[in-house]
This record gives sequence, structure tokens and C-alpha cells, in this order.
Amino acid sequence: MTSTTPLLATEDVTVSYSGKEALHATSLSFERGSVTALIGPSGCGKSTFLRSLNLMNREIPGCRIGGSILYHGKDVNTRGVDTYQLRKQIGMVFQQPNPFRKSIRENIAFAPKRHGLSGKANIDALVEESLRAAALWDEVKDKLDQSAYALSGGQQQRLCIARTLAMHPDVVLMDEPCSALDPIATYSIEETIRDMAKRGICVVIVTHNMEQAARVSDKTAFFLLGDMVEFGPTPELFSRPKDKRLDDYLTGRFG
Amino acid sequence: MNKELDEREEVAQAASSAHGGGRQPRVRSKHSIERGGLVFTGVCVGLVVILVVMLIFMVCSRGIATFVHDGISLGAFLSGTTWNPHTNGPDGQPLMGALPMICGSFAVTLLSCVISLPFALGASIFVVEVQPTFGQKVFRPMVELLTGIPSVVYGLVGLSIVVKWTSGWAGGTGYGIFSGSIVLALMILPTVTSLATDAIAAVPDSYRDGSYGLGCTRWQTILHVVLPSAMPGIVTAVIMGMTRAFGEALAVQMVIGNAAKMPTGLFTPASTLTSVLTMGMGNEAMGTVFNDVLWSLAMVLLLMSLVFILIVHLIGRKGAAKNG
Repeated sequence: MTSTTPLLATEDVTVSYSGKEALHATSLSFERGSVTALIGPSGCGKSTFLRSLNLMNREIPGCRIGGSILYHGKDVNTRGVDTYQLRKQIGMVFQQPNPFRKSIRENIAFAPKRHGLSGKANIDALVEESLRAAALWDEVKDKLDQSAYALSGGQQQRLCIARTLAMHPDVVLMDEPCSALDPIATYSIEETIRDMAKRGICVVIVTHNMEQAARVSDKTAFFLLGDMVEFGPTPELFSRPKDKRLDDYLTGRFG
Repeated sequence: MNKELDEREEVAQAASSAHGGGRQPRVRSKHSIERGGLVFTGVCVGLVVILVVMLIFMVCSRGIATFVHDGISLGAFLSGTTWNPHTNGPDGQPLMGALPMICGSFAVTLLSCVISLPFALGASIFVVEVQPTFGQKVFRPMVELLTGIPSVVYGLVGLSIVVKWTSGWAGGTGYGIFSGSIVLALMILPTVTSLATDAIAAVPDSYRDGSYGLGCTRWQTILHVVLPSAMPGIVTAVIMGMTRAFGEALAVQMVIGNAAKMPTGLFTPASTLTSVLTMGMGNEAMGTVFNDVLWSLAMVLLLMSLVFILIVHLIGRKGAAKNG
């Protein structure tokens, strides 16, 4: 593997639901330690694209993913791939905070235990490390055995980020992680996102919020009607859009 | 816009005056519909409430008469093991021990739930998690159909198949708690399955997503995320099944053998509260001691049903608090 190989890349990835193509051939690449924002109006295919990166779409009946998804230079969009192994390394955070109906501790420890982690000391260490990484430790360290649903929405979402980080992923996919949160909670999640990138994680985030894309991302891809229209460094894309459609979108003429 | 409204008003007025009324009567009739609706629905609610209260009152007042009027002690009724209402015991009181029936009722109820739960749960998991299309189109309508089959049909099937089969490998007549439990298990299976399916289907997909997103497999997700979240609903399903099993008379009576003595095994004839009630009720005149004791059995049944329903409500409230 050469250093120029991107961590994660797609080549002509298409996604169709029951034969209807929701995403047309899309080729993008994502680097280690970078944040990439996927923007575009509702129904443009950005979430669909995001969910194909860890093959989450495969859980939906009638969904087909075409093209190649290269992870560490190897195509994972194949029949034989271990999707469970893949999703350990490519984590995902969802739009609505969705902690399990378990204690805060169990929310973090649940998946690592299923993947074979044992020993109370190991688990406790992992719980603390993950919560610290998601900037939640100080707020919950005294109530680790309380239900995750006692937390506020923003805390729940950070808990979901923490449980994803507990798997030590290379890539974290985020599907509008702040759309259900207030501005303060949003701010703290954005901090965490930058922090994750600093530690070398590749973050791909779908967002409706243009300011958020501008604040957190290094690169941005604009989707429209199932097409990836434009991709480039965020400041450039926002200040000098090349495509007329992106220009229209940024100036609020639709979407 | 306004003009159109005015026109409509005119048309409406013309229509109502055509029926012999002017503006005033039309308003009054509107008013009387409001009143009528309120009165009718209010009376319906009142009737249902009165019915429930009267039913509980009647069963309890009759049931208590055994102890107050006929002088049989509550202890002897609940713990006595001999049911022979036409014979007097050493203390001069008729032998009214209801324990054999109480035990019989609980035995068939618990056993039938234990038998049906794994199948109900397995089937619900399959149709929600594995084959949702089949579940929606074929399985659910089928289960609903099964729920509607009258209990006498289950009894008949039990009588001609289960009892014979049991007698074949266990010896004896085949009548008994075991046969009763099998028949009841079949009977409550649709109810438990249907409610358990609802409970599992009600688990939000976001939980499954969360688990899949962490690389957990389908069965890890089902066992550790879906089932624990659906647990209050599943327990409710089981208790609804128990309520049905506990109160079922006909199907059980046909296969249990109806021997009112302490059950000593699963394969000897026994009886339940309901089977003794259906067998005895028509034969005794009102006001006799035997008749009163039958009412006492009915009271026990009623109280147990209340307890079951109460548990369901408590679970529901706890579940709501947990979700809220």
C-alpha cells in the first residue's frame, strides 16, 4: 500500500432500491484525518451514499449497491466481505441519537463484548477512554450505571459517538448527527468531530446545515438528484462554486 | 372567496327551508345533534361501567355467601384438598376444598405458557426480523384466523388427537393436565404470537441500525438489542395468554378428565376451576351450599383475572416510563 492510496474511496458506486437508482455513479475518496461533508437538498442521495460506505444499505431488502468501494485499497463491495468486520472499522452515527435501552456503561461495552472483549478492568478502561474521546466523561462518570435515556439529547448523541469510538474505527460516518440537537449541543459535537480528525480518524458527515459544513469540513461534496455534482476543498467550493447548480443552491435559489 | 361562502350559505338555507324549517330550526337541530351525541356516548360508558361493577358485585356477594352465610371457613375452602360437596366432613361441614381445582388451573396455565412461549417467540422473531414480507402478507392473517377459532374446536381436536396420542405413549386414559396444557398451548399460541410479533415490530429500527453500525451480527442484534427492548411487550403477551388459558373452560374440560382430586401427576385426570364450574352450575338450585361454593370458585377466577390485568397495566406503565 502506497501512501497515496486513500483510506476509503468509491469508484462508480451506484445504489438502487427495488430497481430504482437513487444514486448514480459516484467516485469520491476520503483521507485519513480529514473531515468530508456531504451536502445537498433532501432526497439527493447523500445519505444513501453514506450508508453504502459501510454497506448498511445491505440491511434494506431490495437494495443493491453497484461499483467498487475501496477500503485500504481493497474492494469491499463483494459478496464474500465480512460486513460485520467492516462495520467495526467503519463506524456510524445516526441522525436521531439511538443509544440502546441499557446503562451508559453497557452502551459502550455492548459491541466490544460481542466482539470478544472481556475482563472488567479492560471494559472499564475502554468505557472511560471512549467517553473521554467524546467529551462526555466528566458529565457521566458518576452515573455510568444509569439508563442512557436519562441523558439529554446532545449527551445521548455523544454517547453514540463514544460507543462508535470504542471500536477504534478508521472511519466514522455521520448521518446528520446534529439535526435533532440544539446549538450548544451541536457545537460540542462539532468540537468532537474536529478532535476525531486530529487523531487520524476519517470522518464523513452528511449535513443539511451549510454553516456546519463550512465549520467542520476540509472537503465538501455536493449532491443533487442522485448525482455527485461537485467535490473539492470546502472554502473553495463555498466561495467559488464551479457548477451553476451548486451556485444556485448556495445562494438559496432552491433546496 | 367570501362570495362563494355566501352562496353556500344560501344554498344551505334553501335546502333547510325546503324541509319546512327556517334559520332558527337549523341552528336548533345542530344543537340537538351535539347534545344527542354527548348523551348517547355518555349512556354507553355508563352502561359498561355499571355492568362491570354489577358483575363484580354479584359474583363476589354470591361467592362470599359461602363463608358468611353457609359458615364454611375460607381456610378450608382454599386449602382443603377434598372436593365432595354432597358429603359432610368430620366437622359436619360439606367437603368444599377447592385446592385441587386451584392447583389444576395454575398447572395447566403455567404449563401451556411454557410450551407455547418458545414457539410464539421463535415465530415472531422470524416474521419480524427474517422474513417481514412473508410475515405481513401470509403469517399475520393466518395467526389472526387462528385466534378466531372457537375453543370447542380446539377441544375436539384435543379429544380426538392429543388425548389418544398421550394415552398411547404415557399409558392411562390420556386425560389429564398434560393433555389440557397441550390443547391450551395450541389455543393461546396465536394470541401470544400475535402480541409478541407486535412487541418485536414496535422496537424502533434505529436500535437495530445502532447495533449493525457497530458491526454486530443479526442474531447478536436480536438477542441483545431487540428482545430486551421488546421484553415488556413480550411479558404482556404471555400474561394475556395466561389470562386466556386460566379462564378457558370448554376446551380444557373436554380433555382434562374432570376428576376433582389433588393432581398427582401430569397424566392422571384432574380438573380446573372452570371445568368444575361448567360441569356443576346447571345441576344445583340457587341458594344451596353447593351452588354458593361454585360462585366462590367463580370469584377466585374473577380475582385472578383482575390480578393478571393489573400486572399487564403495571408493565405497560413501567414500559411507558422507561420509554418516556
